[in-house]
Amino acid sequence: MRYYINEICPAGTVAVDDTILVKDVPATAGSKMLEGFKPLFSAEVVERLEKADYAVSGKTNVGEFGLDLVGETSYFTDDAKDSKLKGAAAELVKENKIKAALAVDLNGAPRRAAAVSGVDFIKPTYGTVSRYGVIACACSGEQVGVIAANAEDVKEILSVIAGHDSKDGTSLPAEKYEYTVDEDVSLMKLCIVTELYEKASDGVKAKLDAFVKAVEAKGAKVDRVSLDVVFAAQTAWQILLSAETCNNLSRFDGVKYGYRTPEYKNIDELYVKSRTEAFSFLTKATVIYGSDVLAKDKYESCYDKSLRIRRVVLEKVKELFAQYDAIITPVCSDTEISAYDLKDAFTNVFEESLYTAVPSITGLPAMVSGGVQLISDSFKESTLLSIAHSIEKEEA
Amino acid sequence: MKYELVIGLETHVELSTDSKLFCSCGGHSSPKEPNDCVCPACSGMPGMLPVTNRHAIELAVKAGFMLNCKINQYTTFDKKSYYYPDLPCAYQITQWFNPICVEGSVDVDGRKIGIKQIHLEEDAGKLVHDEATNTSFVDFNRTSVPLIEIVSKPDFRSSEEVISYLKKLKSALQFAGISECEEGAMRCDVNISVRPEGSKEFGVRSEIKNMSSLSEIKDAIEFEKVRHVDAIERHTEILVQETRRWDDVKRRTFPMRNKETAADYRYFPDPNLMPIVIDDAWLEQIRKSMPATADEKAKYYENMGIAAKEAAVLASDRKLCEVFDAVVASGCNAKTVASWILTECMGIMKRLGLVSLDISAEKLAEIITLVEKNEITRAAGKKVLSAVFEKDVDVKAFCEEQGLNQKIDEGFILETVRKVIAENEKIVADYKGGKTKALQALFGSVMRELKGNGDPAVIRSLLETEVNN
Repeated sequence: MRYYINEICPAGTVAVDDTILVKDVPATAGSKMLEGFKPLFSAEVVERLEKADYAVSGKTNVGEFGLDLVGETSYFTDDAKDSKLKGAAAELVKENKIKAALAVDLNGAPRRAAAVSGVDFIKPTYGTVSRYGVIACACSGEQVGVIAANAEDVKEILSVIAGHDSKDGTSLPAEKYEYTVDEDVSLMKLCIVTELYEKASDGVKAKLDAFVKAVEAKGAKVDRVSLDVVFAAQTAWQILLSAETCNNLSRFDGVKYGYRTPEYKNIDELYVKSRTEAFSFLTKATVIYGSDVLAKDKYESCYDKSLRIRRVVLEKVKELFAQYDAIITPVCSDTEISAYDLKDAFTNVFEESLYTAVPSITGLPAMVSGGVQLISDSFKESTLLSIAHSIEKEEA
Repeated sequence: MKYELVIGLETHVELSTDSKLFCSCGGHSSPKEPNDCVCPACSGMPGMLPVTNRHAIELAVKAGFMLNCKINQYTTFDKKSYYYPDLPCAYQITQWFNPICVEGSVDVDGRKIGIKQIHLEEDAGKLVHDEATNTSFVDFNRTSVPLIEIVSKPDFRSSEEVISYLKKLKSALQFAGISECEEGAMRCDVNISVRPEGSKEFGVRSEIKNMSSLSEIKDAIEFEKVRHVDAIERHTEILVQETRRWDDVKRRTFPMRNKETAADYRYFPDPNLMPIVIDDAWLEQIRKSMPATADEKAKYYENMGIAAKEAAVLASDRKLCEVFDAVVASGCNAKTVASWILTECMGIMKRLGLVSLDISAEKLAEIITLVEKNEITRAAGKKVLSAVFEKDVDVKAFCEEQGLNQKIDEGFILETVRKVIAENEKIVADYKGGKTKALQALFGSVMRELKGNGDPAVIRSLLETEVNN
């Protein structure tokens, strides 16, 4: 069964990934658990697009609940054509089938997808885009972002969806945000994080080198810096993400909607069998890990400590922003990998999140363009867009 | 050996808000049909986000003021996880780490009972079991209705103290408009242990869950006391710390299944709800909106010239106070209003079997004004009032319809008196023959003719003059 568009979407339209609700259109989040689930309302971002006269053409497939890296855990991938599922939305944009897509950045999957497909993606500052109507996993970090072919299109769509929403308690107060792609890059100071650069594959290193060369050619200065909190950020984000995911997915219990096991003797069996039969291995592993770190005797040393690490990471990164306009890092170890052994999915996701965890845990904006990741201070999306735009302009 | 009871209470109270704690569904005003009052948020649909109801915060702070608590101006919401079909998200939003009120106390029968904390939380839904089809149904109407949980210190020493405390709490919560405390809207978990009198150590504790009737609470405490003392003195059983429930039919407590109680709730802060910061200005605004206590209110009424006994009755009931204050505010004389409420209104309420003064203050003020201006008689006023109670009639329209509001002049009364005398020759003769009581019969006839209008004193004097002519 396929709910998502692929070949048939009208050019120039905008798609949303399947964790974003559109009224009466089945929303599965890539999970058997939600097969056939029709939401009663649309996400705020969808409402905003429609109000601004963008045609929302359909849904794009995602890995189950957006947890995996390449979309392989989606229940709806039986089709041979889905071999390129490594980011259905990013591929559609690349093939110019749609103008743009909204994708929920939970653990960096759309950032990675954009890098693999060679398109742009931005995850804006946490709280600037409403999460109302997004099937939630890690509420404290996930954000709706925009995939498009270039920085100008990203800017155009982001301007439409960003702004205060009273239905989301974490939504920031500004009614609107003005973005530009025309900041002067020649005056910028950027830095590249050594720890992450060194760990990346040769192919990714080459992309980073090329990118650095290109911005230096624009007159920007690029330093090499150390940011050793990336490792703590990786572990802490894993803990927060898993704990919140465990909690948020517990509503999928087979009682109210979604998948229910055909045979059960009592309520406990209904819960256990429904969830066992409907969730993928990665989801189960995440839920079990999350449940473990929230246990009474571990709360202090795991969850609470991770909250404290979140603050330390933010402080350390902010120190860099006292000197630099943006940070450059790889967004994955290797853009060539398009599928993993599912048995190792939990470990792989953890290892790869080293590159994406800092923006996820801090809520800072991050943009992927030219296969590299740019991170800026809060509300400095325009800096990211301008850097990307200056290089894209050159190429065009 | 003599033993003393040590009891602590956790009291859940439903707040009188217009909407639920985290969505805009209707709040405490209980809907009629199951799942009448449900939206995607309170039924746990994916994609929904909670938004905090500010009124619930204010009511919790009021409860804190009432129980002399310290108000935490930085307060947070946390998630408590457990699976149960009446809990649609499989977590309950409560306050675990930073409750809204702490460290309070309340005076009960001359002893000070400590309040450990008051926290806000959402209620769960309700399961309805159908034995006939062996099916369970879920009703989410109650899901996410705001509650406060008032946690006392283990300061109670008798079941009488517990009952006094609960009665006092109930009346104070109602008075301050914090909770209606309707049937089942106030539920208690009773923590109970016994120890030798004078001992400082605590005994083994049992917790009796989810009690709402005062008499059951008292019975359960007395039962547990005997059970604990027997266990200690006569070794009837080995006491373990456990959760129990009261069986009102068997008149005893039973342990609950261990599985229901030994859960790890995996508390953590709810990332969807920003910490609530109650700044000084907001706190002051809430403090100012606190109603006076019943004692303060009674004193205030006495100063208005109302007798102490009447003032106390008025002050004891929030509805009486509300109506009284509103009618006086509209310009009526306080003593007159008190008499109307305590005599006429309460008389009618008694006759109709009503427990609360549910009447529009504007209408009562209108009636009193008409009577005071002599536009209708007091008797007519009572008649309108009764009709207002029964059918909520429009005062002016009702007077007109019933012919109550004609201004009766003495000429018209005299005419009627003469007519009645002329029509009742026999009674007049009786009267003149010495039966003074016969005059009362004539008076009644005149009143009937006048439909109860006209000043009785005037009628009586005219009647006497005319009859003796």
